[in-house]
Amino acid sequence: MAELDDLVKEFLVESSENLDRLDQDFVALEKDATARDRLASIFRTIHTIKGTCGFLGLSKLESVTHVGESLLSKLRDGEMTATSDIISGLLAMVDAVREILASIESAGNEGNGDYTKIIANLTRLKDAAQGAVAPAAPAVPAAVAPAAPVAPAEAPTPDEHAGQAELDAPAAIAKAAGGDSGKSSDSPASGSANSAIRVDVGLLDKLMNLVGELVLARNQILQFSATLESATLTGSTQRLNLITTELQEGVMKTRMQPIGNVWSKFPRIVRDLAQLCGKQVRVEMEGRETELDKTIIEAIKDPLTHIIRNSVDHGIETPERRRTAGKKEEGRLYLRAFHEGGQVNIEIIDDGGGVPLDRVKAKAMERGLVSAEQAAKMTEREVLNLLFLPGFSTAEKITNVSGRGVGLDVVKTNIEKIGGTVDLQSKLGEGTTLRIRIPLTLAIIPALVITSGGDRFAIPQVSLLELVRLEPEQARKGVESIRGTPVYRLRGNLLPLVYLNKELRTDSADKKGDGTVNIVVLQADERQFGLVVDEINDTEEIVVKPLGKFFKGLTTFAGATIMGDGRVALILDVMGLAQKSNVVSDNKDRSVHEMESRTKDAGTSRQAMLLFRISDTRRMAIPLSLVARLEEFPRSAIEHSGGQAVMQYRGQIMPLISLSEALADTRLRLASPTQPDMQTGDTIQVIVYTKNDVSIGLVVDRIMDIVEECLNVQRTIVRPGVLGSAVIEKKVTELLDVESVIRTILPQAIEHADAKAA
Amino acid sequence: MPEDRQFCTFLVDGLYFGIEVLQVQEVIRFQEMTRVPLASPVIKGLINLRGQIVTAIDLRRGLELADRPAGSLPMNVVVRTGDGAVSLLVDEIGDVVNVEPDTFERPPETLSGIARELISGVYKLKERLLLVMDTEKAVSLSGVAA
Repeated sequence: MAELDDLVKEFLVESSENLDRLDQDFVALEKDATARDRLASIFRTIHTIKGTCGFLGLSKLESVTHVGESLLSKLRDGEMTATSDIISGLLAMVDAVREILASIESAGNEGNGDYTKIIANLTRLKDAAQGAVAPAAPAVPAAVAPAAPVAPAEAPTPDEHAGQAELDAPAAIAKAAGGDSGKSSDSPASGSANSAIRVDVGLLDKLMNLVGELVLARNQILQFSATLESATLTGSTQRLNLITTELQEGVMKTRMQPIGNVWSKFPRIVRDLAQLCGKQVRVEMEGRETELDKTIIEAIKDPLTHIIRNSVDHGIETPERRRTAGKKEEGRLYLRAFHEGGQVNIEIIDDGGGVPLDRVKAKAMERGLVSAEQAAKMTEREVLNLLFLPGFSTAEKITNVSGRGVGLDVVKTNIEKIGGTVDLQSKLGEGTTLRIRIPLTLAIIPALVITSGGDRFAIPQVSLLELVRLEPEQARKGVESIRGTPVYRLRGNLLPLVYLNKELRTDSADKKGDGTVNIVVLQADERQFGLVVDEINDTEEIVVKPLGKFFKGLTTFAGATIMGDGRVALILDVMGLAQKSNVVSDNKDRSVHEMESRTKDAGTSRQAMLLFRISDTRRMAIPLSLVARLEEFPRSAIEHSGGQAVMQYRGQIMPLISLSEALADTRLRLASPTQPDMQTGDTIQVIVYTKNDVSIGLVVDRIMDIVEECLNVQRTIVRPGVLGSAVIEKKVTELLDVESVIRTILPQAIEHADAKAA
Repeated sequence: MPEDRQFCTFLVDGLYFGIEVLQVQEVIRFQEMTRVPLASPVIKGLINLRGQIVTAIDLRRGLELADRPAGSLPMNVVVRTGDGAVSLLVDEIGDVVNVEPDTFERPPETLSGIARELISGVYKLKERLLLVMDTEKAVSLSGVAA
């Protein structure tokens, strides 16, 4: 019994591989109905399945394949040509076969699907041909014999096929790849290619683990040999080093699979989908042989399928529309894969209508993802990025293909899960390109090793953007604080700082240090943050080992690894760390804003708002990007010059404006220079506004918070110096018009600044 | 009836424990450890056991006993569990002893607290009592707090 089970299992594996190839063959056949070698290959596959069914007693499967085989044999013998009808019929048969196989796999029997219709349809197709051509029907089993030699003969006698089998390039590649995998699964007796064997994936995983160990041992020996001065040891260590590297590459290769294995399903998917949508789509592929780790192949299968469906459904237009646009009626879907810089790039390019930016914006506003004002200012790239937000779909109506709103966000999440990135480019009327970048393997990754609180940690390089080192002097000035939250100005943008030792609640060795600040700038989701560490050590290839169940609750660590000196180091989970320190919140809105503020220069970013209070009760806000610094001064630092309150600030004389007076409810006091509020406290809080190196201090009662909000500005309450009101954090907040306030009160300051600029 | 069983014995703050030898993978001397910030205090750290990363659980903390006096290094008793090897940190390693099944007794009802969980029984040896440690329980201690 066990033997039979094995037989069935092998049959299932073999058949499913063959069926995948069938889909490609059929689609190619539709393009070139006379491709006899393809017909032969299809025929053989179906015949093999049928033959094995008889042997295993799978009668239902046998009856379905039998009628298909009869039809195919006629096609192959040239008694009839494959029409679209016939191909559809045959594809339906393939689906039926799949269904039955799936049922055998899951339930152990053929299931109770009814396939009489398919059989009747195929019989009709066959008989129709018979009526027309009416040759003596060849005995079906006899047809088997000539079938086998056709394909092997193909190579040595090219002249025979050259004329008729002028397949287009991608189809030829498809054939090559298909033929490759096909050979190993053909009847073993043919023995055409015994150069491939099937290996259990578990075994490969084990090998990979062992190589990981070896790499670690090698690292240790390398470190050790560096301390000893022995020529022989150094020599053999170097050889060990080389061999290990080669072995590592070799074993990694065994787990590699060509991306063509996933792609092979696409021509069929595209064909079905295109027919459904009434479109014509041609699939072209380049770089099918590009190899990826098996686990990654598995992980990208669904996202890729989704993108392909999207392209056909949304991207490529209907033939009529294409004709009007002056394009070929047949749309082109181009898949390209290639290696670049240790990563794999996959591009899905269509020559369709492109992404209509206006509609995306409109949709985003309708869904409340962005405000009208934000939308108006978004760059093309930012608009395209909106497509990756959850719940977003531009499809006007929900089809069963796409438009359900579970879309690109899932694709993005899945790709990012394996350390990849997704990038979308589109040109209206010309098409869309979606580029995915993914690492080759997940088991061994490059990482940056850092020290914090005396412990070493590894940070995966994928999330690393840059390293910043601040000398003690710079650090004192550069690291600023917003209500206790440390930030650093990185090229004009505020970078929130996270102190690793604080997050991990370990003591920092930095206390005895010299005050140097090392910042590792990291990317989590769409946000950047600076991780402050004690020391930055080195980059190293590390082998990721999972942490046991004891650490399930710890989101800060992604795993552990063994360093060159044999000690264990923890691998930081950048995303987890960002979440823990609230750099990334659950609110997806924030990420949109961040995208925006990051891609634009700081001057126009308006989403991050500084909230402050004046005259005790008035809540006001100004865009954080207009704020140069936030300062607190002793009241005694205020001096007067020509009736104007001023202050010495960074070697300049900075005029001060008291906002509560400037915006007093009565009217702006145009004539008299303002005095900073003298009533309360012995310190004043100042927002420093800088324009062309001229600084002006805005004195407020209290600086409250920095928030990121979708601003919906209402101009109903317009007063001098106020742009309008908006609801920020559920409270009505006035937006300060900094320029107008300064212009009114200190016109000369603005003039001075403008003059400097000119 | 069951035959003599062999126990690997060790001391934790004067308490004489035993784990059945079949569950013990190996006993090794003190290893350099990497602490895991934010993890349960029971977890002392991670050790590199010939390329395998093994979690070290401090039995003193697990049993809610006082910490080991400074300067004294613990020993590792590496046990096999359902989730791979785990190291239990103990004060001192004793002999492997043979025990007779009929000297076994359930822990007294008056035993309370965490010890009640961890001690699955007592063998009455001639000169002292051997406390049988339930390794699965000892190992699961750490997960809860984390």
